[in-house]
Amino acid sequence: MSSRTLPLLFINLGGEMLYILDQRLRAQNIPADKAKKVMNDIITTMFNKKFLEELFKPQELYSKKALRTVFDRLAHASIMRLNQASMDKLYDLMTMAFKYQVLLCPRPKDLLLVSFNHMDAIKDFVKDTPSILSQVDETYRQLIEMYTPLSSGEFQLIRQTLLIFFQDMHIRVSIFLKDKVQNSNGRFVLPTSGPVPHGTQVPGLIRIFSCTGEEITRLKFNNGGNYAAALREGSYDIFGDRVTKLGTNMYSISRPVETHMSGTSKNSAQHTKVSAAPNPLAKEELNLLARLMGGLEVQKPGNADTGFRINLFATDEEEEEALISRPDELSYGVINIQATKDQQANAELAKIMGEFTESGDQSPTACSKGDDLLAMMDGL
Amino acid sequence: MYHKEKSIQIKNSASALYNNLSVLRIAPRRLTHFTVVHANMVNMVSASWDGLNYTHRQLQSKEPNVATSTSLIMQAAFCVLPSRDLLVLTSQKGIQMYESDGSIMVYWHALDTPETPTGKHTAFRYNCFTRVSSGAFLVFDVPSKGSNITLSEVLEEHKESITDMASECSGSQECIANLVTADDDGNLCVWKSGEEFQLLNKIPGFDMSCSSVKLWKGTVVAGYGTGQIRLYEAVTGILHAEINAHARWIYSVDVAPFSGLLLSAAEDSLVRVWHMTINPDTNSVEVAHLHNECVTDTQICGAKFCDGDGYAFAVTGYDLSEIIRYIQS
Repeated sequence: MSSRTLPLLFINLGGEMLYILDQRLRAQNIPADKAKKVMNDIITTMFNKKFLEELFKPQELYSKKALRTVFDRLAHASIMRLNQASMDKLYDLMTMAFKYQVLLCPRPKDLLLVSFNHMDAIKDFVKDTPSILSQVDETYRQLIEMYTPLSSGEFQLIRQTLLIFFQDMHIRVSIFLKDKVQNSNGRFVLPTSGPVPHGTQVPGLIRIFSCTGEEITRLKFNNGGNYAAALREGSYDIFGDRVTKLGTNMYSISRPVETHMSGTSKNSAQHTKVSAAPNPLAKEELNLLARLMGGLEVQKPGNADTGFRINLFATDEEEEEALISRPDELSYGVINIQATKDQQANAELAKIMGEFTESGDQSPTACSKGDDLLAMMDGL
Repeated sequence: MYHKEKSIQIKNSASALYNNLSVLRIAPRRLTHFTVVHANMVNMVSASWDGLNYTHRQLQSKEPNVATSTSLIMQAAFCVLPSRDLLVLTSQKGIQMYESDGSIMVYWHALDTPETPTGKHTAFRYNCFTRVSSGAFLVFDVPSKGSNITLSEVLEEHKESITDMASECSGSQECIANLVTADDDGNLCVWKSGEEFQLLNKIPGFDMSCSSVKLWKGTVVAGYGTGQIRLYEAVTGILHAEINAHARWIYSVDVAPFSGLLLSAAEDSLVRVWHMTINPDTNSVEVAHLHNECVTDTQICGAKFCDGDGYAFAVTGYDLSEIIRYIQS
């Protein structure tokens, strides 16, 4: 499968996370300056140079567990806190939204346009902060450099790799159910109408040619749908009209974010058994995590003056209830470093932390920074 | 023309891979094998013709030095050879060949280059082919019994990774071209088998991936990412027909050789049945549309006729844990 999938997965999931957090920050009436700080901190961490370097290397997709841990860290990159139930719900919404976008992409190359829609929105979040803005612009350039030369076949392979990652996920999302883009069984609606993708003709025509290349017959057939001609192509530049709405922010104050846990059909909970054998990818995943730590400024956790908690549910009671009633098969198995029995993984992480304190480009307080980071990891 | 029959449930859902369904009809035992790929494993179900017995088996990709492999399987396909049938699996780490009921692995070829194989295999005479993503394809010599399978040739002609290949072996007719290979740029290569394989023709693509290809009576039937199907005369490369067939990427085309029925399936949820005929005056192929089936809210990834006449066909879709079957009314 494609080794160029991870950057797109990360950026699009990150974008969805920011949409949801932005909506919740407003809904909970968090003061504007605090809300802005949270958004800025998360975006700064997301686009940290070293982190992106690691991300853009050709590699296999991370395991679901590892990716969830990365996003856990990202969500906690600032003064905001989330309980387990809210974090679970946040991740459900992010993943189902991106799965929807990947499935509905008219052609595989449009996946890049979806990514640009997310990038455009992120750029808008930080438009007042030049330092972060330049990081975002740099990422646009990296995306364009890496993805615009790819053929349609290579994009399809990326898309197929993503679809394997999202296989069997059928969590019902209230906003999708309301808009009738998702059925009550959790499957997305695939319309047999609307514009065809750019480069495709409306189905319905058979042309027969003679041996000399002249068209001898034209036959029409019923295509069983209600298709229209393709729309114009979206822009693949840093600026431009992307044309597609996939990847734009679908949330607003009036559209609450809820998910349904109960009634998820049995079939949808088929996850591949997690192998008990040591994961050979663990080192790479830890590398990325470590890079993410490295880009993080030490925040004093739980400071009563500045810290606050975000709830993805309407009330605290609902949040507690959701945690208790979450079906086992839908748990993400987030890596809890403190509790892990995998001595090797723990040792690896400690070693990487150690590397940070020894390398030249650390500040004079490197040792304490390493300790602080490790302490924060333990609290995950 | 066709109506839906009882579906066969499978243990896992189908992954979004081209041509993700393979069918083998075993007439003497009155049963049919079906294989569907799910990530790192292959679900195989053997269905008896009376509809009473279903046996399931799961095969996993194999990797050296690892007990349970997580490497993804690209394709599983049955190869029909004169004296035996094989089930060939290609994963990111290598190629595995099994007896057709999946019971015994008879051969394993590790791919030493780190590139990802996009294995598809078809059979002709005594050879079995598998393609790898460098654009090369491997030819294996398969004996009529046993596991003494050897790699005999590596053919490199395509610049892009090969997506599909098809062969034709019509016993009585004098066939010039036996094999066609398609790649991610839409280029088609037509070959003649023999002591060494000979390239007969190259039909250029238009930078649009050809995801599925079949060979019938010297005609190449190719399905493309744009949703078009094109019929070319294999040896000359003359375009005989062009169909604006689907609104999305085509994932599978199949031909029922005795009747000339053609099956196409795409991400647009539609399966279409067509009829190909050879015009005796012009000796060129013509095609007409016969039937549509819509698998609601499903991106179809595999569609195959279950018999040589096209009396029945089966369909798989992404995230679907069943094999849907249709039979002529």
